[in-house]
Amino acid sequence: MNTMSPSISAEADTRSKGAAVPVPEDKPEDTVIEEGKTVGKPFTADPKFKLRNVDVSYGADRAIKNISLDIGRNEVIAFIGPSGCGKSTFLRCLNRMNDSIDICRVKGSLELDDQNIYDSKRDVVELRARVGMVFQKPNPFPKSIYDNVAYGPRIHGLANRKSELDDIVENSLRKAGLWNEAKDRLDAMATGMSGGQQQRLCIARAIAVSPEVILMDEPCSALDPIATARVEELIAEMSESYTIVIVTHSMQQAARVSNRTAYFHMGHLVEVNKTDTVFTSPQHPLTESYITGRFG
Amino acid sequence: MPNNKDQMYGDHISERFNNELLELKTRLLEMGGLVEAQLGNAVQALTANDSVLAEQVRTGDRGVDQMEIDIDEEAILIIARRQPAARDLRLVIAVIKMVVDLERVGDEAKKIAKLALKQEEEGQTSLGSVEVRHIGNHVHAMLHDSLDAFARLDAEQALRVMKEDKRVDEEYQAAARTLLTHMMEDARNISRCMSIMWVLRALERVGDHACNIAENVIFMVKGEDVRHTPMEETERVVGR
Repeated sequence: MNTMSPSISAEADTRSKGAAVPVPEDKPEDTVIEEGKTVGKPFTADPKFKLRNVDVSYGADRAIKNISLDIGRNEVIAFIGPSGCGKSTFLRCLNRMNDSIDICRVKGSLELDDQNIYDSKRDVVELRARVGMVFQKPNPFPKSIYDNVAYGPRIHGLANRKSELDDIVENSLRKAGLWNEAKDRLDAMATGMSGGQQQRLCIARAIAVSPEVILMDEPCSALDPIATARVEELIAEMSESYTIVIVTHSMQQAARVSNRTAYFHMGHLVEVNKTDTVFTSPQHPLTESYITGRFG
Repeated sequence: MPNNKDQMYGDHISERFNNELLELKTRLLEMGGLVEAQLGNAVQALTANDSVLAEQVRTGDRGVDQMEIDIDEEAILIIARRQPAARDLRLVIAVIKMVVDLERVGDEAKKIAKLALKQEEEGQTSLGSVEVRHIGNHVHAMLHDSLDAFARLDAEQALRVMKEDKRVDEEYQAAARTLLTHMMEDARNISRCMSIMWVLRALERVGDHACNIAENVIFMVKGEDVRHTPMEETERVVGR
C-alpha cells in the first residue's frame, strides 16, 4: 500500500512498462498435444454423426490422429484450424469423398444415425445423397440452371413427372435464395452466372436430393462480401432443417454462422466448444493463439 | 514470435496489432496515473486547505476527459480493424469499461476539489480531516492496486482489491457517525460536516470504481464475468 504523493503518476509510468509480466510460456505452436485428447465438449446427447477414434492416413502420413467427435442433429458445426491441420480430410470422411484417393486409409468408427458409414455393403451414392457437399470453388455442370438442379433428383429417381421435377427445382432454388434471380433464365447456362450465384446454385443442387447433412468446404472463399453474406444467411435458414458442417478459414465466419466450433491442429482435434465460448474464452492455449492471430 | 515487451499481447503475427494493443494498455495506465494524481491532490488540497492545488485539480479534469475520448476512439478502431477475439477482445472491452470508471473517479476528485475551494472561502477548520485522509488513503491504495493488477494481469491482486471495499464501507459508516456527533454537539459545525460528508461519499464511490476495475481485470485474465457475483464464487473463479 502506498501513501499519497505527487510521485504517483511517475510510479504509474514505470508500472506501464511492466516489469512483472506473466511467466513466459513456450511458443504456442510448440505445445505438445496428447493424442486423442480434446478439451471442451466434443460429445452431444443426440448425435447425427458419431465418430470415434478416427485415424486417416495418406500412405505413411497420418493426417488425422485418433479423433472422436459427435455432430449434433440440426446443428451448424464449424471446423477451423491452420492449413494442413486435417479439417478438410476429416470433413471428407463424412461422405466418403476420400474413397477416390487410393492411398487414403480410414480407421475407427464412423456412424451416421448409428449406421457405419464405411460398411463395405453401404451404397456410397445413397450416402452422398444423404450427405451432400458444397465445395470451395463453385462447380456447376456445363448445363442449364434447371438441369444443374434437376441432375441429382433425376439420377436418384426422385421425380416421376416433369411437374414434380419442376417443383423440386423451384423449391431448391427458393431455399438457396436464387429463385428470383434465376426463374426467368432457367434454360440459360449455369456457367454464365456470377460466382456468388453459382455457389448458391451448387447449394441448390446439393439440397435438391433432400439431404440430411450438408458438408461445406470453405464455401465462401471464392466469393465477394455480399455473396458471402447471402450464403451465410442461407446457412442460418438451412440450419433449421439440416445438419451443417462447415470448414472455413474465416474465423469471423465461424463465429457468425456456427453453434459449435472445432479447432484442429496438426491432425489433432484440440478443442470443441460452443462457438460463443471459443471466440471469447477458449479453453486451450492453441485455440486461443490461432483465433487471435498469433500463428496460423 | 513472442515479443519481449509483452508476453500476453505482444506475440501476434501482425506487429502492428501488437503495437495497437500495447499502446491501448499503456494509455489506460497513463490515464490511471493521472486520475490517481488528481485524487491524491484533491484530498491533499482539502485536508491542507490548499486552494492553489484545488484549482489545479479542477482544471486538470479536462485532461482526464480528453483521455477518455482518445482511448475510446483507439479501442473502437482496433475493433473495426482487427476484429479481436478471446483475450485480445477481452482486453479491448475491459479497457472501454475501465475508462468509464477512471473518468468517474476523475469527476469525484473534481468534486472534492470544488468543496475544498468552497471551504477555503468559508474559513479554515480541521474538523473531519482525519477521516478524509484516512478513507482517502485507503481508496487511493485500492485504485492504485487495481491498476497495478491490470498492468500485471494479476487476478489475485484484483480479488484483494474487491475484498477491501467492505472495509471502506465500514470506515465510511463510522466516519458518518463521528460527523453526526459533531453536528449534534454544535450547530455551527453542520455546514462543515455536511461538506465533509459529501467528500466521504465521493471517496466511497472511488472505492466502488476501483472494484469495478478489479472485476474487469478478473474478466480479462480468467474470461469470466464476476460482476454481481457472491465473493465465494469470485474466489473460485480466481483460484482456477
